[in-house]
Amino acid sequence: MTLSRLTIHELHDLLVSKEISATELVQEHLDRIQALDGNVKSYITVTGDLARKQAKAVDAKLAAGETIGMLAGIPMAVKDNMCTEGIPTTCASRMLEGFKPQYSATVVEKLKAEDFVMLGKVNMDEFAMGSTTENSAFFATQNPWNADCVPGGSSGGSAASVAADLAVYSLGSDTGGSIRQPASFCGIVGLKPTYGAVSRFGLIAFASSLDQIGPLAKDVTDTALILNAITGYDKKDSTSADYNYPDYTAALTGDVKGMRIGLPKEYLGEGIDPDVEAQVRAAAAKLEELGAHVEECSLPYTRYAMPAYYLIAPAEASSNLGRYDGVRYGLRAPAEDVAGMFCDTRKKGFGPEVKRRIMLGTYALSSGYYDAYYLKALKVRNLIKQDYDRAFEQYDCLITPTAPTTALRKGNNQDPLALYKSDICTIPTNLAGIPGLSLPYGTDRNGMPIGVQLSGKAFAEPALLRAAYALEQNTNLTRLKPNQGKGL
Amino acid sequence: MKYETVIGLEVHVELATESKIFCSCSAHSFGADPNSHVCPACCGMPGMLPVVNRRVVDFGMKAGMMLNCDINRVTTFDKKSYYYPDLPGAYQTTQWFAPVAVNGRVDIETSAGKKSVRIKQIHMEEDAGKLVHDISEGTTHVDFNRTSVPLIEIVSQPDLSSAEEVEAYLVRLRTLLRYAKVAECEMAHGTMRCDVNLSVRPEGSDVLGVRTEMKNMNSIEAIKRAIEYETARHINAIENGTEVLVQETRRWDDAKGKSYAMRSKETAGDYRYFPDPNVMPVVIDDVWYETIKNSVPEFPEVKREKYIALGLTEYDAERISESIMLCECFEEASEACGNPKEVVNWITSDVMRILNAKQMTYEMLNLDNKAFGKLISLTLDGKISRANSKKILSAMFDDRAIEPEAYAEANNMLIGEQNDDLILGIVKKVVESDPKSVNDFKNGKEKALMALFGKCMKELKGNCDPQQLKVILLECING
Repeated sequence: MTLSRLTIHELHDLLVSKEISATELVQEHLDRIQALDGNVKSYITVTGDLARKQAKAVDAKLAAGETIGMLAGIPMAVKDNMCTEGIPTTCASRMLEGFKPQYSATVVEKLKAEDFVMLGKVNMDEFAMGSTTENSAFFATQNPWNADCVPGGSSGGSAASVAADLAVYSLGSDTGGSIRQPASFCGIVGLKPTYGAVSRFGLIAFASSLDQIGPLAKDVTDTALILNAITGYDKKDSTSADYNYPDYTAALTGDVKGMRIGLPKEYLGEGIDPDVEAQVRAAAAKLEELGAHVEECSLPYTRYAMPAYYLIAPAEASSNLGRYDGVRYGLRAPAEDVAGMFCDTRKKGFGPEVKRRIMLGTYALSSGYYDAYYLKALKVRNLIKQDYDRAFEQYDCLITPTAPTTALRKGNNQDPLALYKSDICTIPTNLAGIPGLSLPYGTDRNGMPIGVQLSGKAFAEPALLRAAYALEQNTNLTRLKPNQGKGL
Repeated sequence: MKYETVIGLEVHVELATESKIFCSCSAHSFGADPNSHVCPACCGMPGMLPVVNRRVVDFGMKAGMMLNCDINRVTTFDKKSYYYPDLPGAYQTTQWFAPVAVNGRVDIETSAGKKSVRIKQIHMEEDAGKLVHDISEGTTHVDFNRTSVPLIEIVSQPDLSSAEEVEAYLVRLRTLLRYAKVAECEMAHGTMRCDVNLSVRPEGSDVLGVRTEMKNMNSIEAIKRAIEYETARHINAIENGTEVLVQETRRWDDAKGKSYAMRSKETAGDYRYFPDPNVMPVVIDDVWYETIKNSVPEFPEVKREKYIALGLTEYDAERISESIMLCECFEEASEACGNPKEVVNWITSDVMRILNAKQMTYEMLNLDNKAFGKLISLTLDGKISRANSKKILSAMFDDRAIEPEAYAEANNMLIGEQNDDLILGIVKKVVESDPKSVNDFKNGKEKALMALFGKCMKELKGNCDPQQLKVILLECING
């Protein structure tokens, strides 16, 4: 069986022409999860019964001759930090083990309205803090390309499940690169939308001013289709953008003639793996060959993005994670008094990286340090935005690496500072609130996939999709499949 | 040496909006079952987001305007972090960097004369929940009904110097906020609470002494006693070295009449304020600002002067202007009936009597004021007897929808000219049935006429203009 290798749009055609049923499709995925996820370890919770029920409903619609949406009946996976009513939502943390929300995230409701089929909830770094998915409190996920490598993070389960054909697509969240970096490591497409384009209602917060939900998919067309379903204004999220969201598939023309593309020099050279740099330059050259204007440009404040991010994100996280106190839900450690319960609950419930960031953030916000750290970081954030504003006066999009390297080796990631650098190319877009798309573009000397990042001004998703689609249509470097023997 | 007391107040007032500040739960849970007015958002469940209740900003602005403040046209919400079981997110959303109103002034008058108390700022914030201790079980339960109920905190400059001034200030705040209809301000209900910051220094000194704070005071009398006590304690410490004053938070025990230092654990706090990224800055545009500005009522003094000009006594003008509800009742009823003096008589007699009997405060007055004015007109025009008008007014207290004329008609209380024959018939019957009284009257006993009059009125169920009845009765007796 090879249905699981197909994309949303390919499967949709088969469903509509009744060559396959949604039930058959979901069963193949569930069987595949059963057979392979013991190795990949992408799922925390598999919701087989629910998925079969959802598939059956789609089959009933098809049998009744009803028209179905593009995502109807397509099996997918949800990162375990998005609330799903009655289904465990853990953030891969002991703190929320067994927690079943009474509500679903807006994105989940939106997909439900599209007759989605949810296979389950996928693994991540605890509370989305990490770049390897090794910070999951439950287990590490492996890279389907190579069992010795990590899938990236924090949306490692989202990326690995799609790359291993254990889901047709998935939802991830991206605070500093958590969709794009794992997409890059696993050789699939990942998009972090403009801040405010996808509702954060029901997304368990890491850093509220940076978090954004987005798709991980097998190709650019699928990415556009998912974006059509999940974007939109939501009055339950005050930061949601009231915007006239377009049909993103309209951008899939393959035509990049006249597009102005910038190649920022700060993202090349030192610290970037030469194979990665070569592929970024190759992709830029390809776009030029297809009629785009490509030139080198500069974003001078890029080097300050990482320190600013590691003040802002932990500061917000230290506050967002204060609610896990053992009083109302999740883990409660018994203790003599209330203060003891707070301390022991948080001591037992959080892993080391979460604790590290809570401490960093608490420090940055402390009286006497606020101006020197948090406030200064906000000023830097503003300068980075201005960098982008200037660049986007001249360019429709920028092309950079998604990550400085291909997938990191497993079990060798104890130095937090070294690891934080894995997000060095993705963090600036989060700080600026702009969209970024990671597109697979060939492999490195070890056969591991390389991701190229396209970024644009706020709501420029169509421009990113347009450039990515042109590369996809005109090369054989974007639709990569892992060597089945190595990682699966 | 003579000393002066320097006092600044932080007053928390619960805003009277229908719903909570960041979710749509009802904000009114006084006496309700625990956790019956809660939702995932106000319980701090994972993934929930706050959405600002616009009415809270309306009320915050209006409060600011009542207290002569400048309104910050871009006002932001910030997080104040601390751990406590009744605080579900481990932070309170408040306003630290750009509060809704700043630089205000409240004028008070005491035996020491007139004074302006400067207002530093008014900020909007959410209330916390409540802990309920079960002593028999030795357990503690949390009730989140009050969580996220909107509050404003009014921060004064240290401009107050006596218990009397503090009382005048609090009463004035209460009057003004009730005038604006933004808050109940009932200390006994906890809808107004007060933190007192106090220090003592030699008279004339411009250096502030060591400051102590007493939190969550909930009666004006207790506040006065606490101020007297703390002032004496501070002076005693300075003069006699009885203790070393330290900057601290103290708990006032009103029953014992003493203040106690709280454990430092309860007071130490680095609240790590920072802007709440989930709540966008609130931008108050000109239309919004003007709408609220136009809804701000005249101040009590302005109303009182206007009422005196209308011919009310100073005493009555003072009484009516005490409450915006009485003012509205007076103004709207006067407009409807055109006789302010009569309206004020009705208010100070009937309305206040009924309020009193029903144990209602002025603020609970819920009359249809125009209909009330109409009732007065009908009575003045002799269409309803004074006795019946009281009954109708009482009914109007219970049912705002009552239209007096229709109600009088439906209940046979309307006096019409066509009723002369009916009255004459009844009068004849009474006169015929009681020849003794008729004779007594004819023999000069005035009281006998009153007896006949009373009998007629009873037969008519009070449904008659007394003057008209008297004329007909006399005509009938005298043939």
